[in-house]
Parts: sequence; C-alpha cells; structure tokens
Amino acid sequence: MSATTAATATLELKGVSKSFGSVQALREVDFEVRDGEVMALVGDNGAGKSTLIKCIAGIYAIDDGQILFEGKPVSIHGPKDAAKLGIEVVYQDLALCDNLDVVQNMYLGREEHDPLYRLKEAPMEQRTTETLKGLSVTTIRSVRQPVATLSGGQRQSVAVARAVMWNNRVVFLDEPTAALGVAQTRQVLDLVRRLGEQGLAVVLVSHNLNDVFEVANRITVLRLGRDIGVYERQKTTPEEIVEAITLGTTQPEAEHAPPELEQT
Amino acid sequence: MSTAAPAEVQAAATEDQSFGGVLRSRWDAFKGGDVGSVPVLVGIVAITIFFTTKSSVFFTAVNFQNLIGQMAGVTVIAVGIVFVLLIGEIDLSVGYLSGLCSVAVAEFQLAGSNHDYPGLVSIAIAILVGAAFGAAQGSIVAFLGVPSFVVTLAGLLIAQGLIIKILGTQGVIGITDNKILDVSNYVLSKNTGWIVAILFTVLLALATFGSYIGRRRAGLPTGNIIFAVIRVVFFGGLAFAAVAVCNRAHPRPGVPLVGLIILFVVVLFSYLAGRTTFGRHVYAVGGNAEASRRAGINVKRIRILCFVISGSLAGLGGVILASRLNSVDLTFGGGTLLLDSISAAVIGGVSLFGGRGKVSGALFGGLIIGMISNGTDLVGSADWVKYVTTGAILLGAVTLDTVARRRQAAAGR
Repeated sequence: MSATTAATATLELKGVSKSFGSVQALREVDFEVRDGEVMALVGDNGAGKSTLIKCIAGIYAIDDGQILFEGKPVSIHGPKDAAKLGIEVVYQDLALCDNLDVVQNMYLGREEHDPLYRLKEAPMEQRTTETLKGLSVTTIRSVRQPVATLSGGQRQSVAVARAVMWNNRVVFLDEPTAALGVAQTRQVLDLVRRLGEQGLAVVLVSHNLNDVFEVANRITVLRLGRDIGVYERQKTTPEEIVEAITLGTTQPEAEHAPPELEQT
Repeated sequence: MSTAAPAEVQAAATEDQSFGGVLRSRWDAFKGGDVGSVPVLVGIVAITIFFTTKSSVFFTAVNFQNLIGQMAGVTVIAVGIVFVLLIGEIDLSVGYLSGLCSVAVAEFQLAGSNHDYPGLVSIAIAILVGAAFGAAQGSIVAFLGVPSFVVTLAGLLIAQGLIIKILGTQGVIGITDNKILDVSNYVLSKNTGWIVAILFTVLLALATFGSYIGRRRAGLPTGNIIFAVIRVVFFGGLAFAAVAVCNRAHPRPGVPLVGLIILFVVVLFSYLAGRTTFGRHVYAVGGNAEASRRAGINVKRIRILCFVISGSLAGLGGVILASRLNSVDLTFGGGTLLLDSISAAVIGGVSLFGGRGKVSGALFGGLIIGMISNGTDLVGSADWVKYVTTGAILLGAVTLDTVARRRQAAAGR
C-alpha cells in the first residue's frame, strides 16, 4: 500500500494553533496526510481532534500556523474553501436525510438538473450505482430505498461514498465505527482501506485502537492540544500508542518527529 | 483480508422485477411502514359505501358536482399546508388568512369604491396578499428562528383582526364581478370536460412512460411495465369517470371550473415537489435541516418559499370560497376551515414530523373531509356527528403516520 503513497504531503499543517478565549485547544500542531494512505488521528477526549478537523473544514479559523495543500500554502476561511480544495469531512452524525433515498442523499444540494430545474434522475442514479460498486458497497439492495431503512454500516457507507463521489482528495472520517456492531464495523473498515487503495488521502479519527491498527498506515497522536508524534503502524504497538495518548511519553521515529515538539 | 462480500449478500443486491417480485417488495415495504395511499383509498371507498346506503342522493351526479365545489377551498389550502408540513413546520394562519384574501378579492371589485378593479386583477391582488403575508411569516420563522406555531398563531389573530377592521362598517360585501363569480360557479361544456380528461391522461402517460424509457435507456432497474400501465389506466380512468359523471348532472351538466382549478393546482405543485430541485430541497430540509445546510442548500430560502406557497394558496382558496357564497362576511376564514385544511393534508398521508408525504395527498384528504361534510348534511345528522367523525379520522391518520414512522425506523436496524 505504501508503494502508492505520494512523496509530498497532500495536506499538511505546520505549527497550527487555535484557542477559544483562555482555552488553548491546539498548540503548534503539525499534521500531514498523503495520497494513498490512511492516517489515523487518535487522542483522548479534549485532545483537540474535533478542533483540528473543524479548522481544516473551515468551520474555525486558525490563530497561527500554516495549512499547505500539495505543498502550497492555502487559506481556508469557510467550508466552501475546504470543499473547493477537495477536502471533505464525514461527521459522526453522517448528515444524511433519513426520508430521502440513497441517490437523493448522494446528490444532496448538488442535484443534476436541466435549465428548467427539472431533476435528471437517470444519470444521478447511474452514477450513484457506479460509485457504490466502485467502492464494493454491495449490500444495499436498492439505491431507491430511503436511508432510514438502511443499517448503520450501510448509512456510513453512503456518507463515505458521497464524500468520495465529488472527486475529493482528502476525506476525514470522524469516528466512523462508533455506533456500529461487529459485522458493520468490518464493512466500514474495508471501505476505509479501499479508499486509501484508490489513491485518496484518508484521515481516520477514532477512539478505537483495534480499528486504527487494522486499517491505518500511520498514526498521529494528539494530547491536550499538542501532537505527540507520528507512528508507523508496522513499527509500533497498541501499548505504545496508549501510553502516548494517556501520558504523552514517546519515542516517535526521527524522520517524522517535529523538531519543536517539546518547546513551550 | 478478503474484501469480497458474502455470496448471499451479493445475491440480495439484484432486484426482482417480475410482476410477483414487485408485488412482494411492495408488500414488504407496506409491512415496513410505507403504507402509501392504501388507507386513504380504502377510506374513500368505505365512506362512499356508507353514505350511499344511508342517502339516496349521495351517489348521484349532481351531488358529485356539488361535492367538487364544497371540497375545492379546503383542498387548495391543504396543498399549501403540505409544503409547510414537509419542512416540519405548521401554518395556523391559513384559515383567517384565506378569509382576509376573500375580503381582499371582494373589496377590490367593490362597485362604486375608488378601487373597483376588473375581476382577474382583484383575484391576483388577493393571491398576492396571501403570498406577502406568508412571506412575512416565513421570514420571521427563517431569520429569527421563532417557532412557526407561534408566528402563525399571531398571524391568525392579525388576519382575523384585519377582517373585522375592513368589514367593520358594512359587515358584508357582495360580489358582483362575473369573473370572480365564475371561479366557483362556472361549469365547463361537456366537450371541454372530455378534452381536460384526455389532456390529463396523455400528460400522465407521457410522464410515466417517459421516465420508464429514460431509465431503460440508462440501463437502470425500471420496475415492471405492468405497474406503469396500471397507474396510467387507474388515474386516467378516474379522470374520465369524473367527467362522465359531471356531464350527466342536472340541471347544469359539465365539470365545474373549480374542479379544473383543483386539478391544475394539484398537478402543478405535485410536479414542483416531486420533479424539481426546489421540491427535493423541501424534502431534504424536512428530513434533516442541518444536513441540508451543510450540503449547501439555502435552508432559509426554502423555508420562506414554503410559507409563500402556503399563503398564496390560502389566498386562492379564499377567492374560491368567496366566489362560492357570492359575498363575504365576518364568518369568513373561521369555523372549521383551518382544521379541515390541516386535517386534509394529514389524512392524505403528509407527516406532521416533516419530510414525508405527497401533494396529491391533499386531494384525497380534501375529498374525504368533503365527503364526510357532504354526507352528514345529506343524512341530516347533527353537527356533532360531523365533528366527531372528522376528529376520529384525523386521529386515525396521525396515529398511522406515527406508527409507520416507528416501523420504518425499526426496519432499518
């Protein structure tokens, strides 16, 4: 898998800080994700994972630091800027409309229509079917059934497929398996791995180290707003990650260790 | 690890499209809470049979003609209510707002005043009054986030107050303009009725088979063609039957113009809700407003437009009601008009929780409300029977909706 990983980071954060009043949510965080890899972002509650996502998604403006997209500095002032760059976040609540069917959800807000605003159902349904097939999501019986009738794993798959369909480069998945049973977690993790294999830069935010160790190529640990380091899955153990999450002690591999890590 | 799905899962992914297969999946959907229009159709047949056995007049051509006139106002207002319900809001102002628009249409044709405009102009003004009132309410709901229940309750009182203010001195305004009187009283010639039925059936066939052919060309599952044919034959047949019955009425045979207005409103707004991006966004906002906002849909605009539709159709409903009685007085907009209109939409299968239901439901719901009112009058039962029956049916419809929702949610897990 790492053979397809690109040389320069698709998305890179350098020394990003963000505070809310007196609360410092992020302190000079470095973070990167490359094409074709699954980067896990782990950390305890309040470590700054959500803040980091929201800064990248354009919901919060960063106070300090730099965001680079394919090596070039970019400024993200709102969700539209992030979308324009091809950064898509699949939030935990999935943002699906239960009463609409799969096709309608996939095209939510981006419906194909003719000049008279009449919907072009056939091409939308076609592309939905193709996208789901391309991601090997085969358990959905009909793309015309309401999302309310789908299982949790299928709903997650639809939300992910929607993020992928719009030619996005970077996909953030916020706790995609949090509410799922064993079989459905399997489904979603397979999907996450396939996204990486298809060349996307995938960021998996999770509490669950089993999931992380199963699909991630690298793991970034956040603790109390600081990044503790980047670990390669093959060279680390769950015990080491747990220690980094809880205590912050670490020996990250030299090449990825941010030099200014412990300066405060 | 293998990414291939288990064999039985992949087998389930192909849809059975034979006649029996489609029937079976419809039955599964029915059990899963998607009851469609089945309860409404059953209700219409049951009510027809009941009143036919009780009154010799009920199942006659002239009474059918009369029924169309009676249900028209409520049905048109209910179509507007559907849009407000679809986005998960409520509009309590439509009763007195339609009354206010009745007053407007009467006021602006009033002979001898300095604003006696032609009939069509005053009709347009009345509808615009409704639209503006709706826009104001919708803006308060959308921009300030005040619950629509309270906003439209205030709107109800304001509209009622305005009616009293305007009618105060004379108490009643007679309608003399022929164009306005025609709205509820004109009857189409027999041949015009047939042409309408033919046009309706042709359009329905074009829409149904057009999408069938489009899907077939795109290589998508089409469902069984027999069901498309049944749909066209059933609804086309209903249209022809309605025209045939109206054309046999005495003493004025023919389809009432107001019937054509109902049909036009229902078809136009069904199209808007079902086949356009606007309609799709209405359903999306009703299903999950936050998700719609994040998907880039202008939720505020959708909310306001739905209240504008509701207000405009309350205006048109007011015109129809004013035309029917040839004059406007202080009772307009009151009584059971508001509750009948909301009931019609809900009985027609539109969910009070937002996001579920069809515009055509307002037609069926309006028909049921109209039949009960018409039937109880014919049988000569006391008013309380009418209220209790309508109440019971409304309760049944809402219960059905709630249970259906729960079943559908349960079917997902």
